[in-house]
Amino acid sequence: MQDYFRLENVTVQFGALVAVDAVSMAIRSGERRAIIGPNGAGKTTLFNAMTGVVRPTQGRVLFDGNDISRAPVHKRSAMGISRTFQITNLFPRLSVAENVLLAMLGHTPRKFALATLPTLNPDEAERGAAALEMTGLGNRRHSVVTELSYGEQRQLELAMALATQPRILLLDEPAAGLSPRERVIVSDIIRALPRDLTLILIEHDMDIVMNLVDYITVLNNGKLLVEASPEKIKNNTDVQDVYLGRGGQDA
Amino acid sequence: MTASLSSDSAAAAGDLSTSRVGKAATVSVLLGALVLAALPMVLPNYQVSVLTEVLIFAVLAMSIDMLAGYAGRTSLCHGAIFGTATYMTIWLAQDGSSIAVAMIAGVLMATMLAAVFGMLAIRTSGVYFLLLTLALGMVVWGICLRWTSVTGGENGLRGPGRPEFLNDHVSFYYVVFVCVALITLAMWRIVRSPFGLTMRGIRDSESRMQALGYNVPLHMFAAFTISGFFAGMAGALYAVFNNFVSPSAVALVLSVEGLLMTIVGGVGTLFGGFIGAAAIIALENVVSLYTERWQSVLGAVFIIIMIFAPDGVLGRLKDGFGKWTSRSSR
Repeated sequence: MQDYFRLENVTVQFGALVAVDAVSMAIRSGERRAIIGPNGAGKTTLFNAMTGVVRPTQGRVLFDGNDISRAPVHKRSAMGISRTFQITNLFPRLSVAENVLLAMLGHTPRKFALATLPTLNPDEAERGAAALEMTGLGNRRHSVVTELSYGEQRQLELAMALATQPRILLLDEPAAGLSPRERVIVSDIIRALPRDLTLILIEHDMDIVMNLVDYITVLNNGKLLVEASPEKIKNNTDVQDVYLGRGGQDA
Repeated sequence: MTASLSSDSAAAAGDLSTSRVGKAATVSVLLGALVLAALPMVLPNYQVSVLTEVLIFAVLAMSIDMLAGYAGRTSLCHGAIFGTATYMTIWLAQDGSSIAVAMIAGVLMATMLAAVFGMLAIRTSGVYFLLLTLALGMVVWGICLRWTSVTGGENGLRGPGRPEFLNDHVSFYYVVFVCVALITLAMWRIVRSPFGLTMRGIRDSESRMQALGYNVPLHMFAAFTISGFFAGMAGALYAVFNNFVSPSAVALVLSVEGLLMTIVGGVGTLFGGFIGAAAIIALENVVSLYTERWQSVLGAVFIIIMIFAPDGVLGRLKDGFGKWTSRSSR
């Protein structure tokens, strides 16, 4: 196993606020990694630096050996970096099928076609259908997004990220705001993902995280606090301090 | 038109496709086209010419709708793009160019202008896009007003008149009708193409589009330029129709009127442009017979439409028809 996705001393600064402070991280191909930490720890900002929404003030982002620190979002997406959003980010006025269709056309030159209908080749159609099946939306494809329940919208987030056959999938709190029952659905979906898919997951729910990932990175105040296996994290006193609220006051 | 409207192509699109066209929509469009084709046979000459104007302005309204309804950007410079084509066409034609060459040059000029405006405007949205396009349109108006040696300033420019065979109102109407039908078909194909779907995606969520691998500014630039190309076509047709151009053809009022037509017809319906253009031009012609204050009446009508049919006339009809069919199928 080799380093697949690397952060080298990544710092993201907004004015005086240092949201991510010299974080280094190496994720191997096929690894499942969780990033946890209290609110404001810089988890989503770190995701944004990985996907290109923000550029690191300092440091480098490397993917499969290439320095992608300056690459824009759509280029990173084309390289196979796929993400979901913490706050549901779908196309609300389009149908489920159209949402998936847009996801799949994004990496084809056909997205520029002016005179044809938006179509998929049989291969893609099958993949899109499989992504919808896998996320439990198989019979909802003609519903408009605004007609979906919140839980189904989260499932669609996953379906769109999956349909593109990413090389690395970044999930930003996939279970945020879900009821306990819906959480089970989402964690089942994540567990059923192909085992060779590299996965980075931000999540607050420790139960979900513990069962899903190989390795956990804990962030606090923008800094990397500790990296270890789920069992070790569970018993780590620093982590317990952070989650009990003492960590915030140290800063 | 029927071939591309049929659902066969949609069936071949596979099971994720959502490109089915309702039978009701197909019938309505064909019926509308039939009415527009038949009307000149019963209308007096003057009204045929008004109807010609409706067709031309419907194209302007649809070009605005491409951006407003599909890409979610409300432009206030499409009047200026339209008028630039009109100016160019008449300026060349009065110098002795053939009308076809003059029109093509007019459309090209408008498209280039739209490309420049697009580069400036695409990174903004919402009210900033509105204000930026307003300012850009005003620049064109200022140039046309002041550059008297070329544009004739406030006196405007007069063209050489239509070619012989287009002099009578009815035959000119049918030429415009065919042009507008082809333009409409092209626009309809575009809004239903992958590119059109992309525009709707950008309207709904730019950040998601980027995360899916779309270069959003590039797509917006293309959308703006294409939309300007169609506004230019309307402008070139208008040059032949009106045979005269003055700064009022590039003025803000025209951009606003085009936008009103789009809104009255129904933003995001494309074909609503015809209803909007017909409604506003008819109002202008009928009401101005009785009062000089026809714009007050237009304002009142606009308010009423906003209250009772905020999605425009066609939006309202679609909605009502949808409810009616779902009720009768129960």
